[in-house]
Amino acid sequence: MLPEAVPHRASAALAHQFDTAGQQKEAATLGMWVFLVTEILFFGGLFATYLVYRNWYPEAFTTGSREMLVWAGTTNTFVLITSSLTMALAVHAAQLGQRRLLMFFLVVTMALGCVFLGIKGFEYYTEYLEHHVPGFGLPFHAEQSQHEQIFFSLYFMMTGIHALHMIIGLGIMSTMLWWSYRGIITTEYTNPIEVSGLYWHFVDIVWIFLFPLLYLIGRHVHG
Amino acid sequence: MSSTVLLPPRHYLNDGYGIRSWLLTRDHKRIALLYLAAITFFFFVGGAFAVVIRLELVTPVGDLVSDETYNKLFTMHGVMMVFFFLIPSIPATLGNFLVPLMVGAKDLAFPKLNLLSWYIYVLGGCFTLYALIAGGVDTGWTFYTPFSTVSSTTNVIPTAFGIFITGFSSILTGLNFIVTIHRMRTPGLTWFRMPLFLWSLYATSMIFVLGTPVLAITMLLIAAERLFHFGFFDPRLGGDPVLFQHLFWFYSHPAVYIMVLPAMGVVSEIVPAYCRKRVFGYPFVAFASVAIAVLGFLVWGHHLFVAGESPYSAMIFSALSFMVAIPSAVKVFNWTATMYKGSISWDTPMLYAIGFIGLFTIGGLTGLFVATLPIDVHVTDTYFVIAHFHYIMVGGAIMGYMGGLHYWWPKISGRLYNEFLAKISAAIIFLGFNLTFFPQFVLGYLGMPRRYHAYPPEFQVLNVLSSAGASILGVGYLIPLCYLLWSLRYGRIAGPNPIGAVGLEWMTTSPPPTENFPETPIVTWEAYQYDAPQEHHVA
Repeated sequence: MLPEAVPHRASAALAHQFDTAGQQKEAATLGMWVFLVTEILFFGGLFATYLVYRNWYPEAFTTGSREMLVWAGTTNTFVLITSSLTMALAVHAAQLGQRRLLMFFLVVTMALGCVFLGIKGFEYYTEYLEHHVPGFGLPFHAEQSQHEQIFFSLYFMMTGIHALHMIIGLGIMSTMLWWSYRGIITTEYTNPIEVSGLYWHFVDIVWIFLFPLLYLIGRHVHG
Repeated sequence: MSSTVLLPPRHYLNDGYGIRSWLLTRDHKRIALLYLAAITFFFFVGGAFAVVIRLELVTPVGDLVSDETYNKLFTMHGVMMVFFFLIPSIPATLGNFLVPLMVGAKDLAFPKLNLLSWYIYVLGGCFTLYALIAGGVDTGWTFYTPFSTVSSTTNVIPTAFGIFITGFSSILTGLNFIVTIHRMRTPGLTWFRMPLFLWSLYATSMIFVLGTPVLAITMLLIAAERLFHFGFFDPRLGGDPVLFQHLFWFYSHPAVYIMVLPAMGVVSEIVPAYCRKRVFGYPFVAFASVAIAVLGFLVWGHHLFVAGESPYSAMIFSALSFMVAIPSAVKVFNWTATMYKGSISWDTPMLYAIGFIGLFTIGGLTGLFVATLPIDVHVTDTYFVIAHFHYIMVGGAIMGYMGGLHYWWPKISGRLYNEFLAKISAAIIFLGFNLTFFPQFVLGYLGMPRRYHAYPPEFQVLNVLSSAGASILGVGYLIPLCYLLWSLRYGRIAGPNPIGAVGLEWMTTSPPPTENFPETPIVTWEAYQYDAPQEHHVA
């Protein structure tokens, strides 16, 4: 026979496989951190590719950066950082059990995310007008066309995958908004908001790396 | 044990019937069986390609299939076996079944993600099967650029997407195992009381989590390159085809350890159970798993020795590759030391475990040959390399998988398989395997290149031997399929612990109830206490 036994137990928000709410929360948080590690390596492949070609073709990358809309990138950086702030405030509101405030901050976060995507879309449209979109059988024009094509390909891959993560983030935030509205999120059960927040901050941080790499480095070189 | 043992009245297999109770299950044990069915399917599909390959190679002239078909055959064999059988094999089936049992939990940390991972796997499999039906793919499982991005006219994109999608099932499995092992261990189950199988799955999960995303982005880059002609890997636009090889092998070399580490974990369970001894040097075996996972990420460059890598990188990658031999040898020596003066029973799982140790040693030592620069230049792209990695993947990983499947089959099904047939087929597999692949070492050393459907006539004898071995090996794999399925209905009832093994999974009924344990167990003993009198059993 087993020497002792710990009684199983539960509250409404406790999934059957866990013994305590603390265990469930630790598992959810660790799970999201591990997932974010996979995301770092996912983007890492692109950053490695960027590193290689930036080293090989510094001039083409400099010229490419100069053709970016730096005001748009800067605005977007501020928009995203602000959305991280509102996300953090949403988590705080959830922990305090202020449901209306939580929903307000979630909505603001989502709105800022949409502003980011809108500006990004405008940038893409500008690139399209300037024939900076490689592939799709479109005409491509640039000063150093071959090597700059690699720059723009990387630009679209990196910002495109980042934007995809933003869109997924908006989907997650909509779910969180719905759950908050339905009262699923309580002071005892804030894990979903917290791990969604981790994801949102991560997507912001990726942009914090993309912005200087694609827009800023080398802008000032050669006048 | 009396012959009147009965199955427990309530267990995970009779907890709900019908297709819905399986396809919507969140029980890790049922998901393990879903995976078992799916990977068995892909194993036999991949095996069928191997059969045609070996049939073609019976004669020196390419007469059975065209050269283009042959290219597709070995590509689909590699893709099916690597991504859809070997990588999920032990983790997704035995791991899924056993991790919660071994940590004394009711389920994995994220049961829904676990079920999702199976659906993702099936979806990826569908993409790849579509590519197969639509005419196949001919790039080799390595998708080397620029052939895969510029030249090949076959279904590269659906295959790449299939692999991309399936990667997420690996990531979710690894994530689930890491969180479960960290957060769900039952009271008293410290890290160094855990079964070594968990250590090896933990190390495997590290690779799942760190390596698979890089493969995912690489496959996306291949697809983007093919669709939009971006130029990342196209020298005409200033891209570098070798960069693809770096990205690909950053995942695909560690992937070899995804295949073999879980098998090592299985052997670490079987050897003490059938030798009635504690594992010799537990912490060394545990840390060796982690060391292999970590070192595995630092050796990818040894696949690029002939790809124009600088001699200095090549030397460093060569030296790092040699270092992998150290933790691998630690494991082999420790298993051997465990067997020393043990009371060994020669049951089927032990036969597989011993087969594993021998074949893995050959595979590992020939790995040192190919990690040596001058020898690698000589044998690159020859059958020597083919033989080397099949000794690891088939002789190692599949031997471990078969051993584990037999060892835990009574726990999974509640019934015993036919021991006589099982021993016979283990012997057939061992003989068939060696007859298939040992001649390939010789062929490769003599200079027969891989991936050709014709060869000079002087290589025929060895090729016929290899093909004969493959037919024996094929029979060896079909027999277990028959008697294991037979045992599901007609096998003798096993009882909770038919071989008297220790470990939490043996302390519950066979098959276990859906919640695994009637009460949360508390562990007050060290792992593998085969030398101490057994007191801790659940009725």
